[in-house]
Amino acid sequence: MGSEFNRRDAIKRAMAIGVVAIPSGSLLSACATSSGGDKNKPVATGTKSANNPLGVKNGAPLEAFVFKGGFGDDYIKAAESAYNTSYGVTVKHTGTQAIGPKLQPRFANNTPPDFMDNSGADNLDTAALAKEGKLLDLTPLLDAPTIDDPAKKVRDVLIAGTVEQGQFGSQQMYALNYAFTVYGSWYSNKLFQAKGWTYPKTFDEMIALGAKTKAAGIALFTYPGKYPYYVHFDLFAQIGKVGGKEVLNAIDDLEDGAFQVDAVKQVVGYYEELAAKKYFLAGSEGKTHIQMQTDWTKGKAALVADGSWVENEAAPTMPKDFDLAVGPLVGGGDSDKLPFGTLYAAAGEPFIVAANGKNPAGGMELLRIMLAKKQTDNFTNTIKSLTCVAGSAEGLTLTPGLASASAALKAAGPNVLNARIQDWYVKLNQETIGNLTAQLLTGQINAAKWIEGAQKASDATKKDSSVPKFKHL
Amino acid sequence: MRHGKYRFIIGFLAIPLALYGVLVISPFVQDFQISLTDWTGLTPDKHYIGFDNYRKIIHNHLFWQSLWHNILLLLIVPVVTLALGLFFAFMLNVGGRRKGSASVAGVRGSGAYKIIFFFPQVLSVAVIAILWQQIYNPDPEEGVLNVVLHGIGLGSQAQSWLGDPKLALACIMAVMVWANVGFYVVLFSAGMSSIPTEIYEASLLDGANRTTTFFRVTLPLLSDTVATGWVYMGIIAMDAFAYVQLMSVNNGGPNEKTDVVPLLLFKTAFRDNSQYGLAAAMGVAMLIVTLVFAVLTLRLSRRERIEF
Repeated sequence: MGSEFNRRDAIKRAMAIGVVAIPSGSLLSACATSSGGDKNKPVATGTKSANNPLGVKNGAPLEAFVFKGGFGDDYIKAAESAYNTSYGVTVKHTGTQAIGPKLQPRFANNTPPDFMDNSGADNLDTAALAKEGKLLDLTPLLDAPTIDDPAKKVRDVLIAGTVEQGQFGSQQMYALNYAFTVYGSWYSNKLFQAKGWTYPKTFDEMIALGAKTKAAGIALFTYPGKYPYYVHFDLFAQIGKVGGKEVLNAIDDLEDGAFQVDAVKQVVGYYEELAAKKYFLAGSEGKTHIQMQTDWTKGKAALVADGSWVENEAAPTMPKDFDLAVGPLVGGGDSDKLPFGTLYAAAGEPFIVAANGKNPAGGMELLRIMLAKKQTDNFTNTIKSLTCVAGSAEGLTLTPGLASASAALKAAGPNVLNARIQDWYVKLNQETIGNLTAQLLTGQINAAKWIEGAQKASDATKKDSSVPKFKHL
Repeated sequence: MRHGKYRFIIGFLAIPLALYGVLVISPFVQDFQISLTDWTGLTPDKHYIGFDNYRKIIHNHLFWQSLWHNILLLLIVPVVTLALGLFFAFMLNVGGRRKGSASVAGVRGSGAYKIIFFFPQVLSVAVIAILWQQIYNPDPEEGVLNVVLHGIGLGSQAQSWLGDPKLALACIMAVMVWANVGFYVVLFSAGMSSIPTEIYEASLLDGANRTTTFFRVTLPLLSDTVATGWVYMGIIAMDAFAYVQLMSVNNGGPNEKTDVVPLLLFKTAFRDNSQYGLAAAMGVAMLIVTLVFAVLTLRLSRRERIEF
């Protein structure tokens, strides 16, 4: 090395080159934010016929990109093989847990798969996708005849609430939620019979039961502090039971003063009383849902607010003779707008079809195949979950929890509630109000503070222009 | 000759600089670019909206609260981790009783301790978080910590740990320290082994005890390594995303008492209506804070290097 040159100079010059390199870096910025634009892809369409009401083109490729979580993806593969036989192709299948991170770039580049199961913790915001016009309106599917009975339309065989669940503030249905989940207070029938307890019908009876379970050394309820919105499964639906659907819809629609009504005061007051009497298992506020379910299956708590998936999820710790059962919503009593037996149940596992995919008709056809009796039976038998097709569980041998859920759903008839705040305004429900609920159940705040905070949060969400708004139709 | 030399240097620098530009600089530039838009991440379309996202951040109390948690982490976690790392490394390498001719030795069984301390470093953050979730389980019969407390007669001190708004952040800090201390034990051990034994022998001849040796000899000669460790730990503390996301109740709870900016950023981008633009602006804010921290640390710790 010559004397006129030293290491320090080299570093300085290298830095200068680095600075020069920055602008050229922006040229490379195309990778994350490519401005692909619509590339007018040819869309596969075929001739419509009685067997092919959606007009699927024979031999046109179809790509399915599905969530492979608690349900696995074998039930989708089963439907795909039926599709393969009918249309002479092999569906390109990808099953993954990380559905969102993998689909996001596909949507951003306008090259989405045709058929997706947008579920799981990492899913994409279905409402945002719908708002951006990325999803196909599934109305043609709803109006198409079913495979089992060409005289019936798909629309007519779905359980009430399924179509609404896939709508985001307009008549278009953008997602078909395939699995049907029944929510409520779950308990061990064996434990209740052994102790001579009966599932209560009113808040007062529930509190009386709490005294009995406490005397037996068992907490009345437990909940997962890690996910306090589990409590909302009961809480919001109870508001609907006490005050009627209008009260619940007002909350969903973020109406002014929606929380400052008697029904809310009564229900939240009930939770305040449960907390004050220490009827929640100590330490619940620091538990995961698995830890909560383990405590419950071990008999440390009598009841948990949960969904029908609990039978599968808690199976590893649930004793064989647990005799799982679900109780419908408890309420104020005869003054309630809706009778005892009213249930929170909702369709879940949203299947979507891309609006600008290569084979949208094929995506809808695959859904039509999944709604056929053969596929729903397979789903209910293997996954132990109900589907969104009415009466699809009839004639099948069901596990105790599923049988109880199926019976409760039948008994509820039209009195099925579904608080849409839970999927329309996820942050508001899970985090903001969820935090209030966590504090309510540990006695840090009272019902009045909860209502005040919930109303304030609802108003703030309403004012936030970045949050897309939805309304009941 | 001179001309050839430049070609030589440029030839060596071109590839690393190009890689640096593509993999490091360009994402920063893109992040800034995205932060000026209302991009949702779901479409190719985005509109430039100036500094609106930054204005939103400034008025978001949750952002400031999260940033405060990051700063708390930044103040506490590196200090505790490095202090423990230094203490353990000193005991393992220098702090033992003198035996025989060796003037400098670690405590008995130091080899085994080194492996044990390093162990958490081998586990992924997800494993550590799940492990500690079981330890922090509030159940008096299943939560390891509460079982131990009951076992030693301190049952009244049992807590709901991650469910307690006053303790949750401290619980997560403890895990971060536990997970990282082993690496610094090894790093400082390596640093200490390069300190010539003559210096220790000289100080021993002058009658220095362990404490004096540590503060007067070991620490000053290790200051470079400590400063580097400080920057690394600072960056880990500014992140903390995985620990908080996996362990905290209700995603940064209870009652947002453990929320940190990277988690807020993640929720903004991927959950709350896919606001990539706003999340990118939070990323820029984090970049600035991290840069300030790194520059300050390196400035404050600059001192004459001792060659040995």
